[in-house]
Amino acid sequence: MPSETKSEPQPAAQLTLAGMRLGLRRVSVLMPGVIVFAVAFGAAASAKGLSLFEAVLMSAVVYAGVSQLVAMELWRPEWTWGAIVALAFVTATVNARTILQAASLQPWFARYPWFVTAFQLSFFTDANWLVGTRYHGEGGRDVGVVLGAGLALWVVWVLMTIPGHLLGALIADPRKFGIDMVMPIFFAAMIVPLWRGKRAALPWVVAGIVALVTARLVDGYAFIIVGALSGAVAGALLDDPA
Amino acid sequence: MTLPDPGSWGPYLAILGMALATYLCRISGVVLMSFIPLTPRVRRGLAALPGSIVVATVLPLIERLGLAAGLALLAAITSMVIRRNELLALVTGMVVVSLMRAAGF
Repeated sequence: MPSETKSEPQPAAQLTLAGMRLGLRRVSVLMPGVIVFAVAFGAAASAKGLSLFEAVLMSAVVYAGVSQLVAMELWRPEWTWGAIVALAFVTATVNARTILQAASLQPWFARYPWFVTAFQLSFFTDANWLVGTRYHGEGGRDVGVVLGAGLALWVVWVLMTIPGHLLGALIADPRKFGIDMVMPIFFAAMIVPLWRGKRAALPWVVAGIVALVTARLVDGYAFIIVGALSGAVAGALLDDPA
Repeated sequence: MTLPDPGSWGPYLAILGMALATYLCRISGVVLMSFIPLTPRVRRGLAALPGSIVVATVLPLIERLGLAAGLALLAAITSMVIRRNELLALVTGMVVVSLMRAAGF
């Protein structure tokens, strides 16, 4: 899907079925974790009094696991406009990390027509950001990989909310099986393919220290965005060629 | 002018509000970056961003989730260095954290 002719010689902006299948394959290692997470969300939603339709609707249109679980803490039987706005605000702070994640891939995404990017980003999550970052780092340029991974996880996420809601209290504590650790482990493992030597890792050290300090000082998830931004600024100020 | 009470539409409006907030987060990184020229400096910043996001996400989680989590992440990274296989790294980390938690850590 080439949008316009570019002056620099780059491969055409692609979005292929083969790419989408590759994305599905690459993200499949995360499926078991996503299934258990979705079931846990469905169970939490039924415990909070959401109807099956409401729980599935939320999984389908929000599609952001951690923020959906946080929303269950804030869910209430009666809604005021203030409570609705407050919930949207909390959701934005939990999901603010996706601002930086998408920004890091923007030079790649910018080569597609805006409607492709607007659609593909509807399915943008931690998991397909990681898959896309790894793929792009290997020289891949087919955005179908990001979309395929996102769509596959979306289908599983929405469908698996249903048994969670129906079985509710039958679900054991997912912590016992380490399911809460799936995304952190996947994140940590990404350090290895991202490694470009000690000097390139200097900004990461800055990011880590700032994130640790921020986590001590501020509640919630601000530490991700504050730490990651500090790392990017440190990287921009390092003077050797990238 | 005052808005009518959300009433029985409350849950749907709450879900809609969450969906809008999430979608805005998803697109705003790309939209913001399209206004920033890709100078060499910006490129270096972007190059440092993925690793910075990973480290900034994971390090404070280790502090919050405890020793078992920390060792699980270390085991996963070690496995990744040796075999370069995400699935194996994931399984290694999960086994370590499950064993540690079963042992009471």
